[in-house]
Amino acid sequence: MDLVSTMVKISGVVGVLLLVVAYMVLAERRISAWAQDRMGPNRVGPWGLIQPIADGLKFLLKEDFTPNYVKQPFFWIAPAITIVPALMVFAVLPFGSFLGSQKMVIADLNIGVLYTFGIVSLGVYGIVLAGYAANSKYPFLGGIRSSAQIISYEIAMGMSVVPIFMLIGEPGLLKSLGGEGGAWAKFLAGTEGLNFSRVVAYQAESLFNWLIFKQPLAFLIFLVAAFAETNRLPFDLPEAETELVAGYHTEYSSMKFALFFLAEYANMIAASGLLVTLFLGGWSLPFLGLDDPATSVLGGVLHILIFMAKVFAVMFLFIWVRWTLPRFRYDQLMQLGWKRFVPLALANIVITAFVLWTVAGGQA
Amino acid sequence: MKVQRKTLSLAEKLYLPAIFKGLKITLRHMFKKKATMQYPEEHWVVPEGYRGAPYLVRDQHGRTKCVSCQLCEFVCPPKAIKITPPGPQVNPNVGNVEKEPKEFEIDMLRCIFCGYCQEVCPEEAIFLMQDYSLTGESRKEMVYDKEKLLALGGVHNDPIEKWKRKEMEAREQGVG
Ligand code: SF4
Ligand code: SF4
Repeated sequence: MDLVSTMVKISGVVGVLLLVVAYMVLAERRISAWAQDRMGPNRVGPWGLIQPIADGLKFLLKEDFTPNYVKQPFFWIAPAITIVPALMVFAVLPFGSFLGSQKMVIADLNIGVLYTFGIVSLGVYGIVLAGYAANSKYPFLGGIRSSAQIISYEIAMGMSVVPIFMLIGEPGLLKSLGGEGGAWAKFLAGTEGLNFSRVVAYQAESLFNWLIFKQPLAFLIFLVAAFAETNRLPFDLPEAETELVAGYHTEYSSMKFALFFLAEYANMIAASGLLVTLFLGGWSLPFLGLDDPATSVLGGVLHILIFMAKVFAVMFLFIWVRWTLPRFRYDQLMQLGWKRFVPLALANIVITAFVLWTVAGGQA
Repeated sequence: MKVQRKTLSLAEKLYLPAIFKGLKITLRHMFKKKATMQYPEEHWVVPEGYRGAPYLVRDQHGRTKCVSCQLCEFVCPPKAIKITPPGPQVNPNVGNVEKEPKEFEIDMLRCIFCGYCQEVCPEEAIFLMQDYSLTGESRKEMVYDKEKLLALGGVHNDPIEKWKRKEMEAREQGVG
């Protein structure tokens, strides 16, 4: 029974995810057009809504060309290695409260955030492998840049979320949420320290509990690091067109290229999902009784919709920023990561620790 | 030479205010009126004096104004015009006034819309009009013949009507 429900959840999430990815591409094109006083693709179907299908068909029908100087096994496996981690991040994100008796999270891991960072860093292997396997200079440089960038920002990103788990690690979280026997007790049953459900629980009560307000610095660092991790402008150096043609996927065509493309968007959605869960209250809204785990099916559906709406809002921000800012220079990127964000994140940890210690009355 | 660099204020160093400013600008543009023209439905209104495709015109009496002098054929730089003159026989409909071309073809694929034909024409019989998107499914279709050129060209008012007077004179003298 458990296996069946998990399978259903996985197929549901992956299905919705791929659909959203397809429509993200359309949204990106439309919004970029609007920002430039253009219309964007609006011919295929009403408002261009069938466009993703046309794009997909095009990718399927294009010639899948493999240059004969590439390292074939790696060349073929790289797109898969890129997209799989992008989809796997969603396994631990609570995208809703309850639907019936099912908790709306695929794997309720108690090491949630560690799992996420582990999986996210796997994504870079695909990119590096693609750059290496292509056996040509531009993809190679793109791959190198990407690995350096992702590794650097992962540190800042990882450290930026430490204060969050210091906050939610406070004892008595459950007590402030209605104690044993309530809906929260059921939701948090068996969860510990690093579980994402607890992050949501911590933020659910009021708007001011949202960690974006309690940890604005962490939010900023996480946000910028998310841009860097997903290779989005202003940090899209691995595929800087002016210097590197198309970066690590220069030699790819057809569906293999499409997989990189989809992985980029899937990563973006994953980053948005993380951001929403960690800083924007997850699936909860602090009013209209939407702050507690749902007891009815309608409530459960509403929570899922709230989560999606928040994710869409963050993704809009991603697109919006992309069409606003110019690309950073590579040394600026590294400087920002190592010389600004790492010390800031460290300071944030120390300050949070100090504040928590003072609030606790100065005792060890 | 030493480049003078302005010392940045804290706000400028933080970089964030500049980002917000930029975001505000792009957001404003998202709601602006779009510059895109929905082409097949909307068409560009060409300005006065635009040099589009050259067409032949008739005067207000329905007479083909072209007299088959072949000056345009001669002047046309890419040799897009091909005129077949009528020969010596008289057209009974118009009297013995002036000949009109038996066939007049413009190859729109060759035409470069230079306007020389309009400039050289002594009869104001050919004009570059406002059509800028000519389509056809074959090269043959893009060679416009006399009927098509006249139909597309329409009527051009001729205030002098010199051939009307000539025609009357000819009728009076019984040559028409
Ligand atoms: S516009 Fe120029 S190229 Fe075209 S027919 Fe007239 S003279 Fe020839
Ligand atoms: S269009 Fe004008 S220039 Fe050309 S043949 Fe006719 S009268 Fe002569």
